[in-house]
Amino acid sequence: MMLALEMYRSPAKFLAAKAVGGRIPGILTGPAAPLRLVTINEPKADRDGWARIRPILSGICGSDLGMVTGSTKLYFSAVVSMPFVPGHEIVGELLDDCEDLPKGTRVVMDSVLTCAARGVEPCAGCASGNTNRCDRITVGHVAPGLQTGFCQDTGGGWGNLLVAHRSQLYAVPDGLTDERAVLVEPLAGAVHAALRAKIQPGQSVLVSGAGAVGLFATLALRELTQAGRITVVAKHAKQRELARAFGASDVVAPDEVFRGVRRSTGAFRLKPDFGAGEFLLGGVDVAVDAVGSKDSIDTVLRVTKAGGRVVLSGMPASGADLSPVWFRELEVTGTYASAQLEVNGRPAFETALELAGRAPLDGIVGARYPLYRWREALDHAHSAGRLGTVKVAFDVRAS
Amino acid sequence: MSRPGFVLEVDDRTPPLLVHNGEGFLLERFPQGTRVVYPPEALPPVRDVDEAIQNALLHPIESEPLPELLRAGMRLTIAFDDISIPLPPMKKPDIRQRIIEAVLELAAQAGVDDVELISANALHRRLTPNELRDIVGERVFRSFFPDGKLYNFDAEDAANLTHLGQTRHGEDVEISKRAAESDLLVYVNVNLVAMDGGHKSTSIGLASYKSLKHHHNSHTMIHSRSFMDHKRSKMHESAWRMGEILTQHVKVFQIETTLNNDIFGGPLEFLQKREWEWSVKDQASFLAAKRGLAAAPAKLRHKIFTDTRSNYGLTGVHAGKIEPVHDKTLENVHRQHLVEVQGQSDVAIMGVPFIGPYNVNSVMNPILAACMGLGYYFNSYRGNPVVRKDGAVILYHPVDYEFSQLHHPSYVDFFEEVLAESTDPATIEAKFEKQYAEDPWYIHLYRTSYAYHGVHPFYMWYWISHALDHCGDIVWVGANRKTVERMGFRSASTLSDALEMVSHSVGRSPSITYLHNPPHLLADVR
Repeated sequence: MMLALEMYRSPAKFLAAKAVGGRIPGILTGPAAPLRLVTINEPKADRDGWARIRPILSGICGSDLGMVTGSTKLYFSAVVSMPFVPGHEIVGELLDDCEDLPKGTRVVMDSVLTCAARGVEPCAGCASGNTNRCDRITVGHVAPGLQTGFCQDTGGGWGNLLVAHRSQLYAVPDGLTDERAVLVEPLAGAVHAALRAKIQPGQSVLVSGAGAVGLFATLALRELTQAGRITVVAKHAKQRELARAFGASDVVAPDEVFRGVRRSTGAFRLKPDFGAGEFLLGGVDVAVDAVGSKDSIDTVLRVTKAGGRVVLSGMPASGADLSPVWFRELEVTGTYASAQLEVNGRPAFETALELAGRAPLDGIVGARYPLYRWREALDHAHSAGRLGTVKVAFDVRAS
Repeated sequence: MSRPGFVLEVDDRTPPLLVHNGEGFLLERFPQGTRVVYPPEALPPVRDVDEAIQNALLHPIESEPLPELLRAGMRLTIAFDDISIPLPPMKKPDIRQRIIEAVLELAAQAGVDDVELISANALHRRLTPNELRDIVGERVFRSFFPDGKLYNFDAEDAANLTHLGQTRHGEDVEISKRAAESDLLVYVNVNLVAMDGGHKSTSIGLASYKSLKHHHNSHTMIHSRSFMDHKRSKMHESAWRMGEILTQHVKVFQIETTLNNDIFGGPLEFLQKREWEWSVKDQASFLAAKRGLAAAPAKLRHKIFTDTRSNYGLTGVHAGKIEPVHDKTLENVHRQHLVEVQGQSDVAIMGVPFIGPYNVNSVMNPILAACMGLGYYFNSYRGNPVVRKDGAVILYHPVDYEFSQLHHPSYVDFFEEVLAESTDPATIEAKFEKQYAEDPWYIHLYRTSYAYHGVHPFYMWYWISHALDHCGDIVWVGANRKTVERMGFRSASTLSDALEMVSHSVGRSPSITYLHNPPHLLADVR
């Protein structure tokens, strides 16, 4: 038996969270949370290539919060299996030998449950190395689940134990601290996003959002591409400071985006009639949305130059105005998780491990909570930007 | 009979003194011993303005009379100063209208039919049709504007600029093609202060950025001591050098006018007087104005000030060759504005009023407020600044965060982006000026809307560089703390607080001079 936080099906709580979550965040970690701390059976690692992992640190991701707050779309309900233990950003220790990785190895985990993990023939995505595009995430010998942390059979990082397949695991170098290692999964996502952005040397980039996704995307863009000016939209003082440290050329507040981008790119700024949102003729070559809100997506679509590229890195909301996509012939690209064969010929996790070793990431994990203080942890994560925190994590061993 | 400027020392019988404070005024009790410099009263105006104009055109200085310069088939261009002067704008008819009508009449008599009129606005905003009409009058406007013969100068219209050459200092002289290719360029000037007129008229008013950047830069501005003394102003020296090149190519007939200090009339007449001479009616007017303005909504208050028109009297009109004409002009300006001030003081105090050259029919944003106080008023001296080196300047203005997106779009960005990085004129010039000057959006707005050129806020900031270099402390009384901090200054709630704040540099018993303007004065500091 083990202690874990469990996400369970509760239509009433889901609807309640959806209805009031945005306005009363406290309710999400109170009575309306479809989450509970339980003692449950440990998941089993009884197939070849699977091993048990004891998490050390387990991050709270924006998608985890979205799930708790009911802002995740029902679209995803077909690719999860309830109840499940959330948590896909982990650094942990192997409790079993796992092929070439001996017991006791510190590992990080690519959470996508691909064809290899499910024991089925590789789909086209997996065969080509684009494992994050796997078409078989609902079949095979593991319950449906797009990732570990959304799957009933594997457990997740918000529990005392989970199981993972060798294809998901990467050994953590000795010199890398747990606090840095737990950031490797979101860093891998940022590596993937930066490479998906296909930035040509000198191109201007806007990153909308300076939470973990936006900051790591900025870091990856600066490290892995020859982007010219990178403008980051940041709301809070600590975010502004970190954005600069991670490579932003300039940082603008959310209400200064149009003015800032217009200035830096020499674009024309137009204001339509009747209160419709303003937009630019000209603008950045590439924009990365790292928020996922309607406002943020609207903004990035309106400040990207004709023929430019918009990368949706946050889980997108609905209701954005797509007029600029048509009028400006924008190329809109999504980025989800990361691939085992990126366009640079390497797994994103390998690149991310290197980044985690050399980037200025000290202090990025700003708070650690034991599992039993999950309400405070989620509250903190929900207000992380305002509180000057980038990443909140569960200290699972302390639980 | 007018009275000359006056210097008063505040003692226990001195009443509180009026201080301009943006769109309002206040009465301030100054420390005893404060030296108050009052502007001279308005000189008596020329009695027959039309006759004076005719006389100037027919008996010019070092030039043939205007009729002899006019002939059928020639190309005649008349350029005139834009709305940045006089301040406040003049009651109709504008003196420029009267002169232009007289010139056009002589041109018509000579059979000249190729005439164009250009507002010499350089990188200032375009004038609206109504603003052009206010200056040239209804008759001239109707005759020329519909045919496109009366228009604003466009410093970004590359096809209509002519490069006349370079000065011996390598300064480009590039002006309006129409003016450059005219057989005669008549320039109609209004001299409100000693800075205007002379070679500053054509060489700056009709010049492009390529030309202007040679003297509108931090280095030149910091070494202009002062703008009101063209022989000690590096900016004027440059303009004069350009003028030499210009006049080698273009025949210029310069007409300069000077105005008296009759600025405030009607219910604001008390602003013209010295406080201890206020009648009961003046005191009542002050109270009514102060309370009324305080109670009025911002929009109404703004309208009241925007609609203010002054009843200037003409003190002189001279025409002919640029240099000797300008000498006559300066005589008149000095006669009106000069006030002898003995020695510098530790602290200079100035009230910044509601209007400056670049916010006519608009709002005075923080950068313009700084320019008005530290660019214009600080530089209203001849000889030495009123305040000693490393002394303190105390200014009054609310310095609200208020910008006109129509007129000053690049100012907002300058305030938010450039000043956030540095307030040092040389640094921001090196890092940002070119970007702003060449920004297509600002150029678009300058050419098609009513926006000042993208580089204009830089010029305003360079304008204050002499003050920044000279003064040890600059404190604003009653100003928005955030806006003045962004500009690198400090804000105090009261004059006492301001004096306390500057005491570390000027001591606790500093000598203080309060420059009581407007009306305008030019401190002749000896």
